[in-house]
Amino acid sequence: MAKITLDGLRHSYMPDPKGPQDYALKSLDVEWQDGGAYALLGPSGCGKSTLLNIISGLLVPSQGRVLFDGRDVTALPPDRRNIAQVFQFPVIYDTMSVFDNLAFPLRNRGIEESRVTSRVHEIAEMLELTSMLKMRAANLSPDNKQKISMGRGLVREDVNVIMFDEPLTVIDPHLKWKLRSKLKELHQKVGVTMIYVTHDQTEALTFADQVVVMQEGEVVQIGTPVELFERPAHTFVGHFIGSPGMNVLPAELRDGAAWFAGHRIELEGPITPGEGRHEIGIRPEHVSLAEAGLPGRVRKVMDMGRYWIVEAIVEGSDKTRVAAMVQSDPTAVGDAVHLAFRPDQTRLYRDGRIATTRQGGNA
Amino acid sequence: MRKVNQKGWLFVLPVVILVAFNALVPMMTVVNYSVQETFGNNQFFWHGLGWFQDILRSERFHAALGRQVLFTVTILLIEVPLGIAIALAMPRKGFWVPVCLVTMALPMLIPWNVVGAMWNIFALPDIGLLGYFLNHVLGIDYNMTRDPVAAWITIIVMDVWHWTSLVVLLCYAGLVSIPDAYYQAARIDGASNWAVFRHIQLPKMKHVLTIAVLLRFMDSFNIYTEPFVLTGGGPGNSTTLLSIDLVKMALGQFDLGPAAAMSLIYFSITLLVSWLFYTLMTRHDTH
Repeated sequence: MAKITLDGLRHSYMPDPKGPQDYALKSLDVEWQDGGAYALLGPSGCGKSTLLNIISGLLVPSQGRVLFDGRDVTALPPDRRNIAQVFQFPVIYDTMSVFDNLAFPLRNRGIEESRVTSRVHEIAEMLELTSMLKMRAANLSPDNKQKISMGRGLVREDVNVIMFDEPLTVIDPHLKWKLRSKLKELHQKVGVTMIYVTHDQTEALTFADQVVVMQEGEVVQIGTPVELFERPAHTFVGHFIGSPGMNVLPAELRDGAAWFAGHRIELEGPITPGEGRHEIGIRPEHVSLAEAGLPGRVRKVMDMGRYWIVEAIVEGSDKTRVAAMVQSDPTAVGDAVHLAFRPDQTRLYRDGRIATTRQGGNA
Repeated sequence: MRKVNQKGWLFVLPVVILVAFNALVPMMTVVNYSVQETFGNNQFFWHGLGWFQDILRSERFHAALGRQVLFTVTILLIEVPLGIAIALAMPRKGFWVPVCLVTMALPMLIPWNVVGAMWNIFALPDIGLLGYFLNHVLGIDYNMTRDPVAAWITIIVMDVWHWTSLVVLLCYAGLVSIPDAYYQAARIDGASNWAVFRHIQLPKMKHVLTIAVLLRFMDSFNIYTEPFVLTGGGPGNSTTLLSIDLVKMALGQFDLGPAAAMSLIYFSITLLVSWLFYTLMTRHDTH
């Protein structure tokens, strides 16, 4: 087990990168504590798999260092880093039994057979694979195969970190939930540092203590699931996390206040000084239909079961839709409504990054 | 009771007719010859299983079958490991992939009798490039028209040259279909190169290898054109493989009955071995 430090990492797949657009990873500094559960969240192509392969040693970064407990491992091959990785598609050794699959990493390291047997049984018990130990791994269902992949990581006692690269992609939806809670449970039991890569916000938010949100090779925010949801530091985070995502409305600054479509909008706190493109961000959860507020017309009503999503166009705006989450009494399409924003949840973003300070709180 | 839609037969009919005319009807005429004796004049006499007994007891057939088995086993033992080795050594991506693939495919594109003729000229002791080189530069006494060992070596080298590519291409197709994650997982699990081959590459190549061995077995067991053009079955009878012997009997001696019986025995052996091999190799796949 180890603390993982990424120090000034950059990576380009091109031999001679020119500008930032040639980099799959643009300057990354992250520190992961020993025994933590972390998630790397971002859309496809944001560089999360590249980052994962750099940590596992399958890829050597163009610049920067990877440190395990302060020891530089940047140039070490995967088998000398003591890491484990679970891939998107279950990797199992078809010809071997489940037992042999789990024993494989230990046998390759020349561990004596009695120790291998006891360790495999221990891990199989944990993963509920004991009854299958004698079966051929090739004949198992995808979720059990994926458990074997995890097991091959867990079976080694000295493993520094276990990495998961979208491990639930091929699992049936009703088993996803089960396997995810199993994973969480394992993390609590074993206490190994785990890094979970996914583009699925539910997976990331339920698994991790800390989520690293990435976009186009950059980290846009690191925080607990609650922080990411409640106070996105970047419009991308607001938009990417949540369903539907945060409303991002074009804004202008006048007289020290933010204006949207000719209406003055109350914000959570004072605006930080600076120049740039401004946007107002508010989650649909904090927009309500009220007696007074921004006048608008309903364009779409979606029944989500326990609530409704109402999309309205605010008068005077350039067809910008504002989504509101409504608990009762939805209106019909075409109705005139008034939208109220909760001021303490309304924020200003400058060039994508947050530009308001919370009153009485930390920035 | 389930109602069976009899219209289905109508759709199968064209295939049934096609198979009947290109396989069943010719085969039945062979069966017909194999149980009769003829002295010409289109007169036939019932001979029962006599020809089959004769063939199965004939020393000539035993010798030809022995040579055939030796040939097939030898080329399989060379071509399969060699094919796997070449496939493993080929690049997986980049500029050299098409170059390697085309180079590999070239020998297979040459007509069989041309391959025989090429190697015949190539190996002639006094004028062939190979024959001349061996005899006059290296000083090795090599004459495939006189020495059975030299003739055998030439035939085997020719077949290896001609057909190893098939094994290579099939294995290569199997290899490139292995996702990178398998290699990455193996590296993380600390697997040696041998373990990667034994537990990842070989199992993933199993199906294509089965096909490759099956095709190479059938083709080499039935081989005729190349050795016929190269050695004509000689020197003496030393390279008279089953098919060459069969043609000698059927067309050289015009012994239609024995030749028909031999054809059927020959065919049964090929079929039986292929079936056995395929069944054994795919035994685990069903459950």
